Amino acid sequence: MAKMTMVQALNLALTQEMAEDDRVIVLGEDVGRDGGVFRVTDGLFETYGESRALDTPLGEAGIVGMAIGMAIYGLRPVAEIQFSGFIYQAFHQIEQHAARIRWRSRGRFNVPMVIRAPFAAGVRALEHHSESREAYFAHTPGLKMVIPSGPRNARALLVSAIRDPDPVVFFEPKSIYRAFREEVPEDEEVMEIGKSVIAREGQDLTLISYGAMMRPTLAAADRLTEEDGVQAEVIDLLTLSPLDDTLFTTSVRKTGRAVIVHEAHRSFGPGAEIASRIMERSFWTLEAPIKRVTGYDVVVPFFAREQAYLPDVERVLSAARETLRA
Amino acid sequence: MPREVIEIPSTIEYLTILDQDGGADPALEPELSDEFLLSLHRWMLLGRRFDERMLRLQRQGRIGTFAPVMGQEAANVGAAAALRQSDWMVVAFREAAGELMRGRTMEDLLLYYGGYNEGGTIPEGVNNLPTSIPVGSQALHAVGLAWGIKYRGKDDVAMVFFGDGATSQGDFHEALNFAGVYKVPTVFVCQNNQWAISVPRSRQTAALTLAQKGLAHGVPGIQVDGNDVLAVYVAAREAIERARAGEGATLIEAVTYRMSVHTTADDPKRYRTDEEVEVWRQRDPINRFQIYLRTKGLLDDEKLAGLEEDIDQQIREAVERAEKTMSEPVDPLVMFDHLYAESYPHLVDQRRELADALSDKES
Repeated sequence: MAKMTMVQALNLALTQEMAEDDRVIVLGEDVGRDGGVFRVTDGLFETYGESRALDTPLGEAGIVGMAIGMAIYGLRPVAEIQFSGFIYQAFHQIEQHAARIRWRSRGRFNVPMVIRAPFAAGVRALEHHSESREAYFAHTPGLKMVIPSGPRNARALLVSAIRDPDPVVFFEPKSIYRAFREEVPEDEEVMEIGKSVIAREGQDLTLISYGAMMRPTLAAADRLTEEDGVQAEVIDLLTLSPLDDTLFTTSVRKTGRAVIVHEAHRSFGPGAEIASRIMERSFWTLEAPIKRVTGYDVVVPFFAREQAYLPDVERVLSAARETLRA
Repeated sequence: MPREVIEIPSTIEYLTILDQDGGADPALEPELSDEFLLSLHRWMLLGRRFDERMLRLQRQGRIGTFAPVMGQEAANVGAAAALRQSDWMVVAFREAAGELMRGRTMEDLLLYYGGYNEGGTIPEGVNNLPTSIPVGSQALHAVGLAWGIKYRGKDDVAMVFFGDGATSQGDFHEALNFAGVYKVPTVFVCQNNQWAISVPRSRQTAALTLAQKGLAHGVPGIQVDGNDVLAVYVAAREAIERARAGEGATLIEAVTYRMSVHTTADDPKRYRTDEEVEVWRQRDPINRFQIYLRTKGLLDDEKLAGLEEDIDQQIREAVERAEKTMSEPVDPLVMFDHLYAESYPHLVDQRRELADALSDKES
């Protein structure tokens, strides 16, 4: 097994799926000759040619709208939106069509497409390059919303997303594109979309997170063990829609305490839904109010202040300790 | 030489074959079989009569809001008739006459406008996309279908319909641009019916024609008399031939008129005059074509009466079938169908929640 960054792991998924299946077409701005601005599609143009690593004109609605037609035709387009902050120019195509074509046509047509987009903060970028607006997509019936947290699960989930018969919005936490490496098997590996995993076992408290926030969350769990003698269980959601509520509600029934960590805004964010599911399914075992550690309800500030916006180990620790004291 | 002239294609051809009295320009008249000419007429007339029936059903509260085709039958049928079975037809919401010709059923359309998702079905083997309501958005799907056709080395085409209002949308321009860049077999059919609800064509764009909007994207355009089914057919056939030959997309502007309401929720008296409507009534695409057919000896009063009777019977049967379905108790649980290839626990739970609520109501 090779040690890979998330960028390399995503590239491996694309390279292998394109080799397996000539229906898989990668398209987007700069994904061809340039290999993508983050190099996720590096080498695809050379290996598979310009018709399968397709540079598009600069128009997000065009990319997604055309990919919908390609998917209806029977291809498996993987559309890249260069930054999730520009996905709004295609939002109508996603909401009005990608999410509904199966439903509208009563199953006659389906849209097996993936929309990949780097998202979230932490890379000292310009405005519109730091948001976490996964809730828009998780809120929309007919879509799937997947967010990996490391190289290995990114690769396995992207393979599953490409093979999925329905549209998958695949948000890649760009702050960890190259932040660390993991062993990624050369042989095929898939992970089921709609299933969360236990990233760390424990019985005193449940920490629920996903994407780049898994790192501070896991670091906080380690500190709780070292400094407080507390064993936190950490759930990595991996898919926001359909949400696997069995795993985290079962965990909370065991621990009685839950802290949800995400960098998306708090109001109407994923944490609100997760907390509701806990209330619906695990209320009687709760020992303390559910806490949320999230981005604030402000536009993500320019990068001089972005670290203050982002949840970090200290904020997770403090919420966890409050929960434990209750 | 600080200033020089760059030559760009800057003319738009206008095509009309039938005059207002149904006479054909002998230089332009296409050679078409009697059978084909009569089928154009049949589908146009069916479209008109079906529209009229739907309007009555809507006024009686038996179906919901819909967008009548009335006046645009030639634009609908002329373009759709140039397609073959394996081609794709991508519609907006004012193409019922053309859709019926391609194999969507009247029963499904009635159910669709009666509020039943079941009516959105497209029969297997019919390459039509379902009704697309967000204006102009479907143009990109036709480009994607055409891209797939080209990728697979087929010589089919994807034809997309939209109105004059759609030409103000970004998606329309992105679609033309992408189609131009990839040189894909897309045929863009703009049914310029002069009105986007209450906004006239003159307030939609300062451009002289809508057909010229393709030029900046490297897509040739042609304007046709949209109330002349022969002209629409010939323009569509030429565009399809270009597309099949690998020469890329064409934008056809069919100049026509929405003789009825935008939708049944609209009152055109608020924004246009009866005089204007009357001018266009004189150019009725069906009347014009009937005169042409009579001149050719293909139609007379007796044949027309027989055809009317036949169409009436067909519509009556479709209405009966649709109304039978609509008279039966509706199954609300159908709303959970076809969201994804498979169902998921939250949907299973919510479906059960509704089923329980329904059975509580019954008991």
